[in-house]
Amino acid sequence: MIKRRINIRMSGLGGQGAVTAAHVMAMAASRDGKFAISNPFFGAEKRMAPAESYCRIGVNKIYDRGELVFPDVIEVFHPQVITLGKSYTMPFYSGIKEGGVVIINSDMPLLSDEDVTRLRDLNVAVFYVAGTKLALEVAGTELSTNMTMIGSAAGITKCVSLKALDGALQERFGKKFVASGGTATLDEAIKKKFAKKEMLLKKNLDTVIRSYEIASEWAEKNNVELAVAAA
Amino acid sequence: MATQSLVGTTNRAGQTVTDPWELMHATERTPSFFTGSEVIKEAVRRANCDVMIAYPITPQSEAAALIGELFAEGFIGDYFRGESEFAVMSQCAGAAFGGARVFTTTAGPGTMRAMENFPMWAGARLPIQMIVTCRGINSPLSIQPDTLEISYLLNTGMLVWHAETAQDFYDWILKGYMVAEEPDVHLPLALCCDGFFVTHTKDVVNLTPADMCLPPYDPYRSPVPCMDMECPPVRMMRDPFVMKSNYISYATHASWQQEVWAAIERSRKHSIRWLDGLIEVDNADADILIVSSGTAVSQGREAKCMLEDEGIDVGIVKVKTLRPWPAEEIREATRKARHIIVPEFNVTGWMAKEIRATIPNPDRVYAGPHVCGGMTMPPEIIAADIKARLGLRAESLAGRGS
Repeated sequence: MIKRRINIRMSGLGGQGAVTAAHVMAMAASRDGKFAISNPFFGAEKRMAPAESYCRIGVNKIYDRGELVFPDVIEVFHPQVITLGKSYTMPFYSGIKEGGVVIINSDMPLLSDEDVTRLRDLNVAVFYVAGTKLALEVAGTELSTNMTMIGSAAGITKCVSLKALDGALQERFGKKFVASGGTATLDEAIKKKFAKKEMLLKKNLDTVIRSYEIASEWAEKNNVELAVAAA
Repeated sequence: MATQSLVGTTNRAGQTVTDPWELMHATERTPSFFTGSEVIKEAVRRANCDVMIAYPITPQSEAAALIGELFAEGFIGDYFRGESEFAVMSQCAGAAFGGARVFTTTAGPGTMRAMENFPMWAGARLPIQMIVTCRGINSPLSIQPDTLEISYLLNTGMLVWHAETAQDFYDWILKGYMVAEEPDVHLPLALCCDGFFVTHTKDVVNLTPADMCLPPYDPYRSPVPCMDMECPPVRMMRDPFVMKSNYISYATHASWQQEVWAAIERSRKHSIRWLDGLIEVDNADADILIVSSGTAVSQGREAKCMLEDEGIDVGIVKVKTLRPWPAEEIREATRKARHIIVPEFNVTGWMAKEIRATIPNPDRVYAGPHVCGGMTMPPEIIAADIKARLGLRAESLAGRGS
């Protein structure tokens, strides 16, 4: 399905970089000449607490703000979003549009039979990516898990280009970035994982590319087509 | 006037003082993909501010911290951290009494805590600019957007504007000083936006050049004496009015309140010029009009697109200024409308009440949909409410996907 707009809901846990992932996706889409908006929703900034972010990408100006109640793509950054219900909605896929895609960071299936049936009835494709494992393999740190979620969404929908993602990552991590105290602390933590900023940027981009390739291959094999019209 | 004579000179940060109209309308704009908080920083960078006073409260904390960086970079004369919002707003008053251009930011419970100061600012004719990034104010605690706090500001005597987007925010911070500092206005401005929807959202904003700024504030354009304790609006020290209980003291106070509200009215002509009208109308000929302010307008625009796909014609009225209230403009824009839909991010529906009190045949006003306490308003629910109002069948949204 080619759409005028794709709405991506990212459900994660505090500290996983769901907010950053949505910002980076939107920055990249903007670089590609598309219209994009990203925004987070969270309560107290607390590790492992539910945190959500939203990225809207389209060919027309986007006015819609706030929580994405009816998304095309849902990304689950952590198994606990499903297993412990750490989600803003119950079930976590509430509101997903017909023909949508659910991307789950897990190396094992997490959905109940009932969930599988309901999603199948809505013609929703489910893609499992072992994101945290992949982040450890490619970047050497689980803090790059959000990069695998960016790569997966981009690989399936092609809503942003890898070139634009490279630029967006440099924009986000290449210079001083002021956010909340929690985000600043995490930025420092991830910088300490790499000897140099160039390494941080390269390893994170490598992680994006690797997951992009895996997701792209999966979408092709399973005939999953969900894309934004050309800008 | 002194302010204009400084055009072409440089300020403390090396920026060129530029004619404000030229700055906003004739300079080259650079598109930037920023969060609303970053946009506040960039506007303040160009506002030639003397004093900024900060206190943390989500969702304005990032903006307040970013402006601290501006101070470190030399763009702000002085930067204080207050002990509470009440202290912040009192400090703002002190700085403004002293002749400074003052900027501050607050949100939700912070706005409520500081409330005593706002009528005082207005009465003292201090053109302070306060950014209000609206959030829930009632228990149980919420940090998410809810516009109830705006209704409390409407009768303080401040100018109250409600920005829809980060671009509005950027432009209106700079334009706000130009309106608020006019001698026939000289009032504080509460420039409101919906927290998170604007502050934490990344969007494209067109910025004016960073090496150009507004002319500095000229305190000699104030219509009242600077820090004179003997004359109104202050007259607190010697023989104060408050110590008397007589006709003269009441009359002084009454006439001064009338003068403050007259000053709000006098801001109209300046606001119309700078904001290109107090309202913005899109398709006023439609039978159905969505009328609101802030993010509710954005959500209304999305609902309009959805309904258009189904062949339903909808118009939009965006209310930019709440004080002054654009009564004439709203009456004219809604003249033909049969259904006036007022979506709001608060439980009481204060905007719908204002509109009902403004127009003939107020039965046309449908107060809703409402969300509150930090909930999002999907455009789908506005579209569904409009269809219900028209007697059309709307898809049930509650069971969707579950």
